[in-house]
Amino acid sequence: MPLNIIVCIKQVPDPEHLYQITIDPRTGFIHRAGIPSITNPLDRHAMEEALRTKEAFGGIVTVFTMGPSQAKKSIEEALAMGADRGVILCDPVFAGADTLLTAYVLSKGIRAIGNFDLILCGSETTDGGTRQVPPQLAEFLDIPHVTYARKIDFIDAKRVIVERTIENGYLKIELKLPALIAVLKSINQYRRPTVMGIMEATRKEIIEFGSSICNPSGIEKEYIGYIGSPTKVIEVFEPLQRQNVEMIGGIPEEAARKLIKRLRELEAL
Amino acid sequence: MDKVVVVAEQRERQLMEVSLELLQKATNLAIILNGTVSAILIGNQCRDLANELIAYGASKVFWVDHPHLELYQSEVYAKITAGILAEMSPEIVLIGGTSIGIDLASRVAAKLKTGLTAHCIDLYIEKIDGKEQLIHIVPGWGGKIMVKIICPNHRPQMATIRPGMMEKAKPDPSRIGNIISIHPDITENDFRAKTLEMVKERREERPLEDAEIIVAGGFGLYIAGGFGLIEQLAKAFHGEVAGTRPAYDQGWIPENRTIGQSGKTVRPKLFVSIGASGAVHYTTGFLKSRVIVGIDKNPSSPIFHVADFGIVEDLKKIIPCLIEELEQ
Repeated sequence: MPLNIIVCIKQVPDPEHLYQITIDPRTGFIHRAGIPSITNPLDRHAMEEALRTKEAFGGIVTVFTMGPSQAKKSIEEALAMGADRGVILCDPVFAGADTLLTAYVLSKGIRAIGNFDLILCGSETTDGGTRQVPPQLAEFLDIPHVTYARKIDFIDAKRVIVERTIENGYLKIELKLPALIAVLKSINQYRRPTVMGIMEATRKEIIEFGSSICNPSGIEKEYIGYIGSPTKVIEVFEPLQRQNVEMIGGIPEEAARKLIKRLRELEAL
Repeated sequence: MDKVVVVAEQRERQLMEVSLELLQKATNLAIILNGTVSAILIGNQCRDLANELIAYGASKVFWVDHPHLELYQSEVYAKITAGILAEMSPEIVLIGGTSIGIDLASRVAAKLKTGLTAHCIDLYIEKIDGKEQLIHIVPGWGGKIMVKIICPNHRPQMATIRPGMMEKAKPDPSRIGNIISIHPDITENDFRAKTLEMVKERREERPLEDAEIIVAGGFGLYIAGGFGLIEQLAKAFHGEVAGTRPAYDQGWIPENRTIGQSGKTVRPKLFVSIGASGAVHYTTGFLKSRVIVGIDKNPSSPIFHVADFGIVEDLKKIIPCLIEELEQ
């Protein structure tokens, strides 16, 4: 039962470099120059799960991203890991999309490619971190979804059992395919591309779609990019910091005594 | 007028704390909008909870009760919630930012084709171009910056808020409200994703969100000889153990004990941070604690910008002294 598997990935600013972000106090714009981009870490786990599923059942793995042209680097990395082909949804009008519009454009791209059995993605990105896109994408495609997946077991070609993490345990969910599953880090250890994989990747196809996939009849313009997004960012600012820390000095024994005394005075203990 | 709606969450016929916290916020927002607060409650045999929602501020509860709805069922919960909201057309919808709440909110927003913001730390109303808009304050870029977001032209304006960000009110059991019983139209097709059971783990640990005292450790403990010191200190404080993302990466704490942007948001009575420099994506996770203590050996650590009390000291020296002092 070969499976048609889609993996949705996103290129994000390297979280290790987020401290370099500054806000221009005059214009309110964010400066992110010099911050390198990486593939969202959880998306690599989604790729790995796709490859393992393909290895078990056969099929084809197509990797999708929406982003500027440099996001192609993340597609190439996924192809080197073992994906069969890539699709990049790239158009200046896609810029500034919120989660609803991102999910909408992805759904259009996936529909344009044809049938699928399983969509995998990371449960969360390290930049926005909203966790909203996977369920929204499933809604636009009218398929069921599970987020926070930490284990996927196939019952047969049409059904899987998923362990879905919640705050104090997990939900056991039976899911009918076609479906979308968003995964957590604990689901697997992902592989690194091999030299052979990197060489083979250069011969694999990368399809590029622009906004025409969303706009075949010219009536859907209001549904793309920043213009179409329901939510708008109106301001960015640096978080307020508490002032007036009370520093407690002295030798360790003395500092410990003073601190505990102060905490008791404040009924914090 | 049902201006503000809280989508409540129950597990095992108990309301999640965050639902009660949001009712208080919703009440404040509704006063400004000159309207009332309603709640949506989905579950099985949970009428008592509808009364509890009224005691905490709801004027009306849409109560959906069905044997197949005891556990969270992603598709049918979204269908029912979106159906009720479409009929009411409220201005604002608040949903607790639990692992389930975010999942539900996302699918509902897509059904209603409206905007949704995630883990808001503050919400208030401002008039923009003559129209009352909900201002969502959301941490962005790992908490390094704060972002002000509005949803100007779509309704409802939807937001998820993490547990512990808002304070719940005192319940008033004498409050009167309407309970509107809704009989859901459920078909087999609504269970393409079917939750079979809920399995609990780590029974012995209290959820971090409920803890009154939290002692959290960071990477500084690597040099000080490991995380064992934090566990001893937490015990002396009668508190819970937590840590930073690097502490999680070291395998010292499980993921559900990680504090910050990519983990838990907590607001205990006392938060003690040890051996963490205080990166903003960590500190946003506990900024609203009543009292914050920062202990680090580096005097220029940003933790001292957010702490109420600070100690600059070698961790190996100060921790045993604190334990001794607490055990006296």
